[in-house]
Amino acid sequence: MTQSHPHPTRRAELWAGARDTFPLIVGTIPFGIIFGAVAVTSGVSAGGAMAMSAFVFAGSAQFIAAGLAGGGAGALVIVITTLVVNLRHALYAASLAPHMKHLPQRWLAPLGFWLTDESYVVVVSRYSRPDASPHKHWYHLGSALFMYINWQFCTWIGLIAGQSIPNPRAWGLDFALVVTFIGMLAQFIRNKPALAAAGVAGAAAVLAHGLPNQIGLLIAALAGIAAGMAAEAIWPASADAPSASGEAAIDE
Amino acid sequence: MNEWVWIAGMALVTFAVRYPVLLLVGRMPLPQPVLRALKFVPAAVLTAIVVPAVLFDGNGRVVLDYTNAFLAAGVVSAGVAWRSRNLLLTIVAGMASLWAWRWVLTIVAP
Repeated sequence: MTQSHPHPTRRAELWAGARDTFPLIVGTIPFGIIFGAVAVTSGVSAGGAMAMSAFVFAGSAQFIAAGLAGGGAGALVIVITTLVVNLRHALYAASLAPHMKHLPQRWLAPLGFWLTDESYVVVVSRYSRPDASPHKHWYHLGSALFMYINWQFCTWIGLIAGQSIPNPRAWGLDFALVVTFIGMLAQFIRNKPALAAAGVAGAAAVLAHGLPNQIGLLIAALAGIAAGMAAEAIWPASADAPSASGEAAIDE
Repeated sequence: MNEWVWIAGMALVTFAVRYPVLLLVGRMPLPQPVLRALKFVPAAVLTAIVVPAVLFDGNGRVVLDYTNAFLAAGVVSAGVAWRSRNLLLTIVAGMASLWAWRWVLTIVAP
């Protein structure tokens, strides 16, 4: 980054996006390795597991699909389940879209393909920062590329090491991603409306946990969003620090 | 053979969820209430992922006592996250407390 530029350069944004994604990479590494190991034991071929990571690129859906395939489920069941499990990404896309409307197709399509829970939470914070950097999508690209490359690498490691790890889940390594999300939450719950959104979403997720295909996750998210809006009507945001997302979008 | 059919299907529906919304929502002005709603997406979705992962055991039951090492580790990492705002420190503290708690449980409640 040079001092003469009023905004960070493309390269600086790209690097910052990758750097800020690093903690989430740490949380995702065991998840990816366990996926590779679980896929093999579920009867998915090594090529199929790599193809899922390369062309689907959706962690929890990949786990569920491998489990379903191992249980002998048909292609239609697997595909519909994947659709339902990934519906939350439509919420992410809607949340990011107002910040990305100036971007051409050649940016929107790959950044859309690379959308994940992890990149979303990192990138939405960057887009919402009040500075007028014209290169925020380079930050997004840095985050997405780092996640993608790491996911391919970890899947491959898991495929190789899968046979030698007797029961990878028993170590609790998959909990690393949950801990990572807990760490991310601290930055998104900064005022009473966000706290209300989180509280109601958490309670609803527990109540709806028995529903199939993680549909409970989507219901809980929508309930939380409704609670946040209701709470905001009671406690207007002016009294609190701005939340991590959306304020910039409202101004547009 | 059949494997490639469902993997291709997964790739298609996943992209169909992610990309069109990004494209269409960006091209039309969103109403103010929708924009207000969308800013709660991160807090709501992340909490909806995290809370069940911490509370439920492998058999779909909520376990709220000390035998739930995930709950203990979740509380520790939430505390560290809140105080430090440091993500890497939170991950390290969360995983260390998970393993430490499990070790203690093997002694206290074998």
